[in-house]
Amino acid sequence: MKKLINSPENVVLESITGLGAAFSDLIKVHTNPNYITRADAPVKNKVALVSGGGSGHEPMHGGFVGRGMLDAACPGAVFTSPTPDQMFEATKAVNGGKGVLHIVKNYTGDVLNFEMAADLAKAEGVEVEAVVIDDDVAVKDSLWTAGRRGVGTTVLAEKICGAAAEAGHSLKEVAALCHRVNATGRSMGMALTSCTVPHVGKPTFDLPEDEMEIGIGIHGEPGRTRTKLKSADEITEMLLTPIVEDLPYKSGDEVLLFVNSMGGTPLLELFVVYGKAHDILTKAGIKVTRSLVGPYITSLEMAGASITLLKLDAELTKFWDAPVLTPGLRWGA
Amino acid sequence: MSNISSSQIFAWVERYAKHIAEQKDYLTQLDAAIGDADHGANMHRGLKAVLAKKAELQNADIGVLLKGVAMTLISTVGGASGALYGTFFLQASVMAGSKTELTPSEFGSVLEKGLAGIVLRGKAAVGDKTMIDALQPGIKAYKRSIDSGETLEQALSKAVSAAEEGLQSTVPLVARKGRASYLGERSAGHPDPGATSTVLLFRSAAETFA
Repeated sequence: MKKLINSPENVVLESITGLGAAFSDLIKVHTNPNYITRADAPVKNKVALVSGGGSGHEPMHGGFVGRGMLDAACPGAVFTSPTPDQMFEATKAVNGGKGVLHIVKNYTGDVLNFEMAADLAKAEGVEVEAVVIDDDVAVKDSLWTAGRRGVGTTVLAEKICGAAAEAGHSLKEVAALCHRVNATGRSMGMALTSCTVPHVGKPTFDLPEDEMEIGIGIHGEPGRTRTKLKSADEITEMLLTPIVEDLPYKSGDEVLLFVNSMGGTPLLELFVVYGKAHDILTKAGIKVTRSLVGPYITSLEMAGASITLLKLDAELTKFWDAPVLTPGLRWGA
Repeated sequence: MSNISSSQIFAWVERYAKHIAEQKDYLTQLDAAIGDADHGANMHRGLKAVLAKKAELQNADIGVLLKGVAMTLISTVGGASGALYGTFFLQASVMAGSKTELTPSEFGSVLEKGLAGIVLRGKAAVGDKTMIDALQPGIKAYKRSIDSGETLEQALSKAVSAAEEGLQSTVPLVARKGRASYLGERSAGHPDPGATSTVLLFRSAAETFA
């Protein structure tokens, strides 16, 4: 293992400490338990948004704390959900009196720990709603599994719901909006290489030089199929087709196209994927009206990419365009 | 028949911590096959934190002791394991209350209450390829043995065997809960990591209380 770390035990704490030092104007890093809040939290009379999850997906979620997005983020150990005490303390710290929305990615650990935290917060009189994001079409959704994983749509939901909260919407309204984003967002990812979890020290899976994994999860969970490496155009089609067919997205729809790096894939390659995806959608009569390209929900140093589509309407577009000022996303502010 | 004291309960947890430390890499390896390669490391971190509270916990009443174990695991393990093992010890602590020793039959009720908490939190049942596949048969075998008048030693030995059988039964199963369920058919052919660490919990009890 070759990593720019001091020790696997301290990597998360040292990283969030560095994040706090770099963006002290925007965020405040709390330790023991670990959570990150807006520098000006709690914001009175605004619904507060709290998210969290395992570390290793930076900039998600800590990099999305700030005006117009999250009020707090709880970083767990690498690829391990945070614990209820972190979420409970974060929830209390950002509650501005209008209630707190937990945005939870659909992984068993995240869901169970956020449920425990919500129980604790409600017992202290804090109004809490939770929305679980499950947008990964690579996973079969069934009553007999843990359901679809939460991936790229999480980033879009945090941005859009953050804007709605900023605009003064109620907890019920922001939660309903979050459900709507989840219902119309779909994603799928692929990997060219594995990632190495610091405390494990060796790659999570073996992927031969000439193969790729289609449908990979953001923790290196295997996906739908492992096949011979193909061209960027062919890979884009392999990711986009199941996404478009799943909702389905139809001719005449307006969408946000989000092409995300798993961490190791450079922008040079991401824009090749974006160009092809844009082309496929345009030919299908689907109008790409907004875009996001870059590493936003990563899987350590994994090479690969994911594509997320979100069906837009006037309200979602307005909230997407609203000002945001966080370490990881900023415009209009 | 011998009762189980507070300090024996802590010794049980200590023994469990030792087993987890020894099996840390194996558990992580099992988890890498069908999960996310962190079960051993996470459990090890949590139990190390429990051991650090030995002075404060080992002489407390059993309810306080088990609650201390629960809260420490909940706040240090993370993942599904932290919530589930934490819930197990938390519910067990409720049943133990302010007792400073438990009869073997009471110990069975404490375990059962913990199991009920896990089932409620995790919404899983036997056959879903989870820790419940080892926990439920282990506790059942223990209760049956105690109820039929066997000794604590015999009951724990039967619990270990039943839990081990339960663990083996997870090998061919397709996971229906937790991260392994994303693999579908590909999760078959591997033992469940949570059921594996659960067997160690029974083995630690057998070694400590016998």
